[in-house]
Amino acid sequence: MSELLTVSPSPHIRSARRTSHIMLDVIIALIPALVAACVIFGPRSLLVVSVCVAAAMLSEWAFERITRRPNTLGDLSAVVTGMLLGLSLPFNMPLWQAVIGSAVAIIIVKQLFGGIGKNFANPAVTARIVILVAFSNSAPQWINPVDGVAGATPLERLGANQTASYLQLFLGEHGGSLGETCALALLLGGVYLVVRRVITWHVPIAYLGSAALLSWAFGMDPLYQLLSGGLMLGAIFMATDYSTSPCNPWGKIIFGVGCGLITMLIRAFGSYPEGVSFAILLMNILCPYIDRWTARKPFGGAVKA
Amino acid sequence: MSLFRLKGVRTPHRKNTAQMPAVRMPAAQEVVIPMSMHIGAPATPLVKAGDTVCVGDVIAEAGGFVSAPVHASVSGTVKSIGEFLLTSGKKVPCITVVSDGMMTVSDCVKPPEVVDRESFLNAVRASGSVGLGGAGFPTFVKLNVKDPAQVDTVVINGAECEPYITSDTRTMLDRAEEIEEGIRLLQTYLGIGQFVIGIERNKPECIAKMQELAARNTAVKVVSLPSVYPQGAEKVLIYHTTGRTVPAGKLPLDVGVIVMNCTTVAFLAQYVRTGMPLVEKCITVDGSAVKCPQNIIAPVGTALKDVFAFCGGFREQPAKVLYGGPMMGIAVVSLDAPVIKNTNAVLALDEQEAKMPSPTACIRCGACVNHCPMRLDPAGLSRALEREDAAALIKGRVDLCMECGCCSYICPASRPLIQQNRLAKEYLRKKKAREEAREKQKAEAAKAQPQVQQEEGKQ
Repeated sequence: MSELLTVSPSPHIRSARRTSHIMLDVIIALIPALVAACVIFGPRSLLVVSVCVAAAMLSEWAFERITRRPNTLGDLSAVVTGMLLGLSLPFNMPLWQAVIGSAVAIIIVKQLFGGIGKNFANPAVTARIVILVAFSNSAPQWINPVDGVAGATPLERLGANQTASYLQLFLGEHGGSLGETCALALLLGGVYLVVRRVITWHVPIAYLGSAALLSWAFGMDPLYQLLSGGLMLGAIFMATDYSTSPCNPWGKIIFGVGCGLITMLIRAFGSYPEGVSFAILLMNILCPYIDRWTARKPFGGAVKA
Repeated sequence: MSLFRLKGVRTPHRKNTAQMPAVRMPAAQEVVIPMSMHIGAPATPLVKAGDTVCVGDVIAEAGGFVSAPVHASVSGTVKSIGEFLLTSGKKVPCITVVSDGMMTVSDCVKPPEVVDRESFLNAVRASGSVGLGGAGFPTFVKLNVKDPAQVDTVVINGAECEPYITSDTRTMLDRAEEIEEGIRLLQTYLGIGQFVIGIERNKPECIAKMQELAARNTAVKVVSLPSVYPQGAEKVLIYHTTGRTVPAGKLPLDVGVIVMNCTTVAFLAQYVRTGMPLVEKCITVDGSAVKCPQNIIAPVGTALKDVFAFCGGFREQPAKVLYGGPMMGIAVVSLDAPVIKNTNAVLALDEQEAKMPSPTACIRCGACVNHCPMRLDPAGLSRALEREDAAALIKGRVDLCMECGCCSYICPASRPLIQQNRLAKEYLRKKKAREEAREKQKAEAAKAQPQVQQEEGKQ
């Protein structure tokens, strides 16, 4: 018998796309928002985001080092978490608070549950809530970049019967977190992600659509609601996180509508001006149930299990 | 036609040899013919060492109802009857024939007399035909339907959805008349009224050629299928060509359909015309390690090393050699493995192409779920197997997995999903066997119990 060859079970070819490619696509999709943040809020934006990314990567490395798990920095998911968290913070955020937020996101929300793919809550969203709650007294006010003075976000201003123009909202020239103000940049990123098939349209459209519909039903201005606050950032980048959102199309739609409903309920009736983070976190918790409800019947297997 | 398409993956096509008509390779010095080149019982050898055989001589008869006879593919002398290790790990007898280089055709090879259903089916049985698409189910068994009225449609599989393989493409282009004749035979002798030829859209020439055929025969319809793997999978093909869903655990027959590969149909016509049984096979020889990829016609039993030598040898040392395409093909251990009846391609992959990325953590992206043609949840099944949750595996219908490999192909974390499904099926099989054994033991113990008590009573 001649030399033995390698045998392995089929399939013998794999698609070229790896986890790191998907994460890289998300990073690319976030770049317009990052650029917009630098233009609107100045170079400190880049510093805040960089600190978050560095802290997230360091937390991941250190945790895996201490627990002797394989290093997963190469999959770039920590970079995505850091970027998302950084972009959902105000530009004058004390850096030490940003560092704590990143560590919470990576260590508590992600790694303690088993690392990538095993976390039930979105790390960036949860860390943002932690920061909001923990540092509510000392956290800086959202700055209005146009006049440079501490001022309310459009949603807070709405409460005070002041409004920003649609164009201002669309381009992001108003107060808010770094990455959430410029709807144009976020939409660009979203289109990129859909075109690259990293995400599907279901969650963002269901989220934004239901939010618009409900704001109209609650007697609010739908367009103003869509363009302000963290809705775009949340709907396109955070509610579409793989680990914490359903995987079937119908599940995604239910998830998106649920997010829209909770967001608008908080905005309309809650004491917080913004409800995106809470909405996503609450729906994250429901995700396993939604997955179970919407599990598809196997082809030809509808008879009995 | 179906409203919703079943999912699949877009694999690279790599149909490098589509424009190359098959070249007949000369007989090798020696052929090794295994007795199991089909699904079912192995054939029983009828010859012994030292016998002289000619091309087309029966050298083994069907070993059961679901089986097929085997014929000599070269003329020469039977060297030995040995043991052959199948890719499945089973051992079956094999007949080694040393070629005399003459390729003398046997006197037995003459066109069979086909006048009615029975004589046609007998001819199919005698031809040694098996499903040439790859599965190798004996054609006679497939066509010998108990209730002929049950079947109204024959779906002819020209999808050829695996990358690299073009042997069916060549059949459709070079042997269109034989496909037409084969359809006529099935129409005349089995009374089947409708024929649907399913072809992937990446073969426009084949679609055109088959449409010419359909123009001449109103019973024939050509359906162009999207170029999405696995269009050629039986249940997927039936659904996309006829809109019928084969229920779980049922056969195509239950929805009135027989699926046949286009090359099988062409072969039947060829056999009825010439009487030459299935002794040679058109195969695609390709892969990154092959010097001159091409389509060849090789006698059944030709060792792969002779096949590759005919194709100019290797560009570089092959790391993996496959029977069939890269999605469902089976890796062979040695180049001594022969071409068998249902081989439609042999691929030699170089080290780089054969290299598999190592698995990383599942990121729950849902790609496997959203690409599974059977709408299963491969990642969920994989998790269920890891925690040995038999109930979840049964509920998740792991039995429906046809092992097409879409999940493993698409997984960005390179998880061994389809491999886990295979293990899960094996796990359930073993668990069931264990439980049955335990039940049996219990029943026997219960039977033995009263006797023991009686004996004790006597004392």
